[in-house]
Amino acid sequence: MKFLRFISAGLGAAALVASAHAAGGALHPHEPEGGWEFTGPLGELDMESVQRGYQVYREVCASCHGMRLMHYRNLGEPGGPFYDPEYPNANDNPLVKSFAAQDEILSTEPNDVGDYDYRPARTSDPFKSPYPNEQAARAANGGAYPPDLSVITKARPGGASYIYSLLTGYPEDAVISTRTVEVPAEDVTDSEASEEEVEAEEGAAVVEETETVIDVGHMDKLSHGDAHYEGELIQPLGQYYNPYFAGDTTPQWEGDPRHAPPGGFLAMPPQLTPGRVSYMDGTEATVDQMARDVSAFLQWAGEPKQKQRKSTGFASMIYLVILAVLLWFSFHRIWRKVDH
Amino acid sequence: MSGHPSAYEPKTGFTKWLDSRLPVVRLAYDSFVDFPTPKNLNYWWTFGGILAVCLATQILSGIVLAMHYTPTVDGAFASVERIMRDVPYGWLIRYIHANGASMFFLAVYIHMARGLYYGSYKAPREVLWILGCVIYLLMMGTAFLGYVLPWGQMSYHGANVITGLIGALPVVGDSIKAWLMGGPSIGNQTLQRFFSLHYLLPFMIAGVVILHIWALHVPGNNNPAGVEARKDPEGLKKDTVPFHPYYTVKDGFAIVVFLIIFAAFVFYMPNVLGHADNYIEANPLVTPAHIVPEWYLLPFYAILRAITFDIGPIDAKLLGVIFMFGSIAILFVLPWLDTSKVRSMRYRPVARQFFFGFIATMLLLGWCGASNPDDPIIPMGSDQLVVSYTDANGNEATQTYEEYEAAATFRDQKLDEGVDAAIAVAKAPAFRFVHLAQILTLYYFAYFLVILPLLGLREKPKDEPTSIHKAVLGNDRAAPAPAE
Repeated sequence: MKFLRFISAGLGAAALVASAHAAGGALHPHEPEGGWEFTGPLGELDMESVQRGYQVYREVCASCHGMRLMHYRNLGEPGGPFYDPEYPNANDNPLVKSFAAQDEILSTEPNDVGDYDYRPARTSDPFKSPYPNEQAARAANGGAYPPDLSVITKARPGGASYIYSLLTGYPEDAVISTRTVEVPAEDVTDSEASEEEVEAEEGAAVVEETETVIDVGHMDKLSHGDAHYEGELIQPLGQYYNPYFAGDTTPQWEGDPRHAPPGGFLAMPPQLTPGRVSYMDGTEATVDQMARDVSAFLQWAGEPKQKQRKSTGFASMIYLVILAVLLWFSFHRIWRKVDH
Repeated sequence: MSGHPSAYEPKTGFTKWLDSRLPVVRLAYDSFVDFPTPKNLNYWWTFGGILAVCLATQILSGIVLAMHYTPTVDGAFASVERIMRDVPYGWLIRYIHANGASMFFLAVYIHMARGLYYGSYKAPREVLWILGCVIYLLMMGTAFLGYVLPWGQMSYHGANVITGLIGALPVVGDSIKAWLMGGPSIGNQTLQRFFSLHYLLPFMIAGVVILHIWALHVPGNNNPAGVEARKDPEGLKKDTVPFHPYYTVKDGFAIVVFLIIFAAFVFYMPNVLGHADNYIEANPLVTPAHIVPEWYLLPFYAILRAITFDIGPIDAKLLGVIFMFGSIAILFVLPWLDTSKVRSMRYRPVARQFFFGFIATMLLLGWCGASNPDDPIIPMGSDQLVVSYTDANGNEATQTYEEYEAAATFRDQKLDEGVDAAIAVAKAPAFRFVHLAQILTLYYFAYFLVILPLLGLREKPKDEPTSIHKAVLGNDRAAPAPAE
């Protein structure tokens, strides 16, 4: 049928765009074992997972990452993780109200004497921001700015799989080691070596420094597949290697520069350790479980209306297909006496 | 509007009264009901109607979006997300508008390719073709302006690249650039004027579309056989059918099938055609690793970047801009570049091969535009390791190695001697994207400037059918009925 050609033209365009996204030296993000529930035209978010993910966000991520586009009320709106049909207006939902009330925020409205008070958040407020501004965030994080997570799953190729892969992709303890190296004293700045060390070595031409070294070749995430990395990565102070983070490892790579490992260094240390949160629903808080849940939560937060999008899409498709079939038969009926 | 006699007869008192004052119903009847249309039009001819639907969709969804959008650098990004989150069905309207731009271009490219293949730009349809080129140019401008409005990273840095191109023009470039940006750099004033212009241009497109349809209805449609419908009443009756209901139903079917594809993007992969970086709010201090335009501008972006050499006093940057604008400008004079009298490439077997080569060129140029120009396509040899060090005489020296161990041993040996030494990678020669883009750019221009002019004079076309009716009835294999 001729329309196949039109469709293939559309797919060709999509393929072109996909190839534009494939570039970059980071490891390709992967789904958790068993895949996501929300993929595909009929897939829906696992709301229990999203609820747990909100807990992970609140107890772990929220201390550094804001979500300025999210409001507490979103949690209880249709399609949200704490939506309750008994409370169609999310602002009445007691669970959502209690989530909001647990956070103290600086009121945006002045009080009677013109001062700004701290007060418990209301459902209509945006999520509490961990820092008053970007400068404060950078100052607290060694110069790095923890990105806002509101649309993070839309802002990274790979989406939720990227978040999941990044959180679980740090090198395991077994491949991280430290070693002592001697560096010329004049290269040492105060921030790099503790004062005692400098004092102890005073007068000497070299000082000893501790370096964190990652044996990349034996990392779980990098040891399967055809690429093999022989050499060591020297992790800069306050930076953490992650093969899924877009960056460049060559300057820190001791080994063949033609085969530097994928990924880069980010300022966020590994966050998820077993039992970091105690899930309210009793689920065991393994690293994999927490990463999966918080990725599902961010997937929802990136597009709170995705459930509505897919259900509207389903109805629209049925309508369009029926209309197309009817038009097809009308077309044949009208043209039946014309050679063309 | 059209050359054929009007068959409209007002029936009611009101329409009779109106017809003698403003014959607008007559105009609509003659243009879209009774209009004689070749009966052999295939599905490639449905894209005109599809494009009209695209334009209407973009304007309607855009008007609603403008009600909720905030054109300020502090508010734009958040207001777009607010539309997606808090405006009832805002997500639907915004996804329709964003994907609608892609669908619009998909349809316009098919529409243009159809015109190229069936020679629809040839006399007496030159003005029709040129008006189409004007619409296409306005569409590209509108799409570029619109892409800036969400104020994401690609919006900002894409705008920087494009305004930079205009700044490369000699003499007037800087003034035009400053006028476009509303100042020395892209900022709030730029966003506000881009929003204003983005609202203006679609109505200019709509105006030119009216001229385009007018210019179509004077000579009538071209058709796959490329021969004109006969003018005598009997011949006209044999060659054509009235537009309604024959083509309203055929176009209607094609439009709905197109809408199914459109809906698949909107509902199931709404962000696949965009770039993830555009969900990061614009930050002038952080430049994305690869700045790429939307897919529909990639071929021209590839032409721009393919020019890496100077010619005489013209430097590579300006030359790239000239080639890029030239690649679009050349379309305007196409009716006079193609010397062949035969319209349809069904009867031009040699030209047809070059045409398919041209389509492949455009797709490959898109691939080049999406890729990093320095990335190798076909590597020739493997990368080498170069150890650079200072030799005994204090001169810079290098030694090249294949194996890392050997290079590292040599470097360490030098370091032990107290000499500075470092390993660097010497990239192996390769056939890179930039080379492919250069070859394709050459073919692009050669197609219009050499192949079409010369081929028309030298080729031997097959015999054209004497009429559309014969083309349909005759067992001429080159003109089969549509597959259905």
